[in-house]
Amino acid sequence: MNLIVIGVNHQTAPVGVREQFAISEARLPEAVKCLASQPGIEEAMIVSTCNRVELVARANGSNVDLQACLQKLYGFDPQPFRKYLYEYRERDAIRHVFRVTSSLDSMVVGEPQILGQVKEAYATARAVGAVNSQLDALLSRAFAVAKRVRTETAIAMSAVSIASVAVDLAKKIFGNLEGKSVYLVGAGKMCELAARHLAAHGAKKIYVGNRTYERAAALAAKFNGEAIVFDQLYDTVDRADIVITSTGAPHTIFRKEHGEKFLSRRRNRPMFFIDIAVPRDVDPEMNKLDGIFVYDIDDLQQVVASHMSDRRVEADRAEAIVQLEVDKFLARLQTLDVVPTIVSLQEHLETVRQAEIDRVRGRLGALTPEQEMAVEALSRGIINKIMHTPITTLKSAARESSESTTVIDLVRKLFNLRDVRKAEADEETVSEKTGAQR
Amino acid sequence: MPLIWLRVAVAFYAVGLVYSLLLLGKRGALLAKVVEPAVGFGLIFHFVSLVEYTVLVGRLSWASINYSESLLAFVAMVVFFIFFVGYRSTSLGIVIFPIVFLLTFASAVGQHPVTFASPALRSSWIFVHVVMIFTGYAGLFLSFGASLLYLMQERALKAKSSDGLLSKLPSLQTIDDIGYNSLLFGFPFMTFGLIAGSVLAIEKFGPLFFADPKILLSFIMWIVYMLLLYTRWNSGWRGRRAALLATFAFVIALGVWAANSLSRVHRFPPL
Repeated sequence: MNLIVIGVNHQTAPVGVREQFAISEARLPEAVKCLASQPGIEEAMIVSTCNRVELVARANGSNVDLQACLQKLYGFDPQPFRKYLYEYRERDAIRHVFRVTSSLDSMVVGEPQILGQVKEAYATARAVGAVNSQLDALLSRAFAVAKRVRTETAIAMSAVSIASVAVDLAKKIFGNLEGKSVYLVGAGKMCELAARHLAAHGAKKIYVGNRTYERAAALAAKFNGEAIVFDQLYDTVDRADIVITSTGAPHTIFRKEHGEKFLSRRRNRPMFFIDIAVPRDVDPEMNKLDGIFVYDIDDLQQVVASHMSDRRVEADRAEAIVQLEVDKFLARLQTLDVVPTIVSLQEHLETVRQAEIDRVRGRLGALTPEQEMAVEALSRGIINKIMHTPITTLKSAARESSESTTVIDLVRKLFNLRDVRKAEADEETVSEKTGAQR
Repeated sequence: MPLIWLRVAVAFYAVGLVYSLLLLGKRGALLAKVVEPAVGFGLIFHFVSLVEYTVLVGRLSWASINYSESLLAFVAMVVFFIFFVGYRSTSLGIVIFPIVFLLTFASAVGQHPVTFASPALRSSWIFVHVVMIFTGYAGLFLSFGASLLYLMQERALKAKSSDGLLSKLPSLQTIDDIGYNSLLFGFPFMTFGLIAGSVLAIEKFGPLFFADPKILLSFIMWIVYMLLLYTRWNSGWRGRRAALLATFAFVIALGVWAANSLSRVHRFPPL
């Protein structure tokens, strides 16, 4: 398949480096197009979230250097960042995509947002025509695997999302959140999720400030909150006890001098900044002010890390599922190619024909070579006539990638071809095993 | 006669004192309407008392400690009213009212010291004084402890470490509330304890009772105590700054204890 994944994530690179590679939502379609148009690349997609940037590509040969494409994509020399990058190929790449989508590679293992983020990235890549047959198959499988992991393990149930970590921290500062106010800077999904958590724990007033006022108003309406014109940001932020920032701004929005002003206006009542934006919106220097607490996405990870060990067991089970799915997918990839199916179909019918001839040979008695040839020709003719339609259908289905798996499966089932049965048998034994573990 | 006017003024100033205590406890609204006329009347009676005293003596008697106390309190009140007219805010009163009350009270009592009818009454008065002062100390110590905990919790949150300590300490808000409320609880006791002590000391040593090192230090501690409350109330001082101030008050409190050996009043009999 010649699948390649390169990327940076929260484990390999600090937020400062991830900031360099992050691609904003607005730039994403252009970037995907750019990547897909690189020489040797057939299909591509890019997942860019605050915790990771993944470039997924299918090449037309095995010696395509995706890292070389980085320079074109980002306009800077990726050489100094090489140590933060990981690269996976083929089997490992499939496994990585499955793990990411199943939230096994997440900062908070089991958190649900990543699946949505990958789906969005996939939709974007599809929309610009950067994805077709094979990545399509990979991604739809990945989504199915993610679903399986969620339903078959308890990993998602015990998942501590970033939002709930934020709630815990806010409680450490403010005691309970009853009557506290929250300010969302940027109207992103993560912001919304965190705000929902805080509101569920008693936070009363929600303010939303966003560059596009309409989006702020729409989000504020969901919480019965107040939308604020972005120009008034610095005059209004100190109203809130908890500030969640997630803008796509390339530079920090809040710096130390702003923090000092907020504190004096708030008579030193503490403020909690949760910065989930990459690049960061809040200058880390602000954390040095008495009464201001700044947590960026990496800091949240540290807190989360302590919860990790509890879920180790569930995560191991999830890893086993992923492993199994990778094998299945690879097997499926091979059958994607119709030739083996045609061959096994021919072999199958040939054995049937031979068996039938052998069976009736006794009753026919001794045959002349001419008669022998006539029987041979007759049986072969019937087989070939019967095989003609399935083979042409298979061949045309191979050209229509979306149908090919269905048709191959159908043909294999109709003719009871051996590979399918073998795969199913394997699957049954494994699911029995995981069932026993549970 | 001037003493009667001064006593009336003291009674009015007492409203101011109670108001500042209530305000610190965020219950100021209870007396907000009464406090301005009350201290206003207090100032008028205070003025009358000062004028009459001056006329009676025939000159300004700087040398009299009672007179000086009264005059100082009067000037402080005048300054307060100038600010009040300018800014329409009584928040300065939080600091001014208790000091003015204490000064005028000392002046009034000093001019006519209390005599205890029986030794039993005197010793129970001492008992009340000691219990109140100790309760005030307890509030201060608790607040000091809380500010240290606050510092620890703040450090832990800032360092973003998720070790056991972070999860076991209560929230910053809770620690802060404990610190503030224990100060708030202790302050009236400390104040009335000092007043009770002053009455005793004036009875025994006359108007110059505060020259005693322990008593002087106690007053300084009381003022720091008040500043602690005021800065927290007015500017919301927390964390490092509040802890520093609390440490300061704590050190003075230790000094007050140690000053026993220097004090004429508080000498404990040898065991």
